[in-house]
Amino acid sequence: MEGMSTIVKKVTQLMVGPVFLYGIYIILHGHLTPGGGFAGGAIIAGAFILLLLAFGNNVINLKKEVAGSSNTESIAILIVVVMALMSLLFGAKVFFFNFLPKGEPGELLSAGMIPLYNIFIGIEVAGAILTIFLSLVIFKEESSK
Amino acid sequence: MELTISIILGFMIIGAIYALHAKDLLSAVIAMGFVGYGLVICFLLLKAPDLAIVQIVVETITLVIMVAVVLDSTRKELEVSFDRRSLLTTIAGFIIFAGLFYFFYGAIQNLDPLGMHSLRMAETYVYGAVEKTGSINLVTGVLFDFRAYDTLGEAVILYTAALGALTLLRMKGKK
Repeated sequence: MEGMSTIVKKVTQLMVGPVFLYGIYIILHGHLTPGGGFAGGAIIAGAFILLLLAFGNNVINLKKEVAGSSNTESIAILIVVVMALMSLLFGAKVFFFNFLPKGEPGELLSAGMIPLYNIFIGIEVAGAILTIFLSLVIFKEESSK
Repeated sequence: MELTISIILGFMIIGAIYALHAKDLLSAVIAMGFVGYGLVICFLLLKAPDLAIVQIVVETITLVIMVAVVLDSTRKELEVSFDRRSLLTTIAGFIIFAGLFYFFYGAIQNLDPLGMHSLRMAETYVYGAVEKTGSINLVTGVLFDFRAYDTLGEAVILYTAALGALTLLRMKGKK
């Protein structure tokens, strides 16, 4: 797929960094401010989709990228399940038990396992949305040949 | 407040009806965007910023994908002919609708009136969540602690959707 005009490319260059940082902020502050893993992951995937739509890429690079994003989301969902299983070893023997120390409510490092779950769910959501978008783009490129 | 929400809901309904009847598919997609962004404003007015963030991002991404699909395929709606088979389908749809309506009507007879539910679980969540989870944002506390199974299910649904898209949209099979 080819890119868009110079104006779109320049605006995308300026915008994509803040959008990406905002996604990371939403994920990391999920237990303090509105948002969380799902919202932040969708914003990060949006940043990647913006880059792809503005600059375009050839099919070979897109295939490398879809392999990377698919592996990332698979590993992230695996880590979430492993973290949930770890609570069967420590503390109360309950699936999804919050066994880390809670800390002071309101601090960035608080709420035990919740920020960790937020981070990995965010990675999973970003990888999944990007994988779906990339597979649609690759399908279109391959079928138009 | 309620008046504002009612006006936005009215615009959303008009947008949805227009999307059903538009001849041009691109304008139908943009009318659907009207519904989504109106819902974002409603969520913000009803003090649900968590939902509003998710809704605005997902709405934008799906709108981009749908516009790309419409621009790549055709902008004209396909002609639908009305024959005996579609008449049968319509009658079957009405019968199923009537049956479901009957049973749902019976089911909601025993419910509390709207907004007057007994809040046994919700009270525990609202007043005890900060001590139990340590998270000030109640929504995240509920999503990742009390209702963590739901979150795991949603994440697995997204994972399955990505796997399905990868598998179904592959042109060349692996040997």
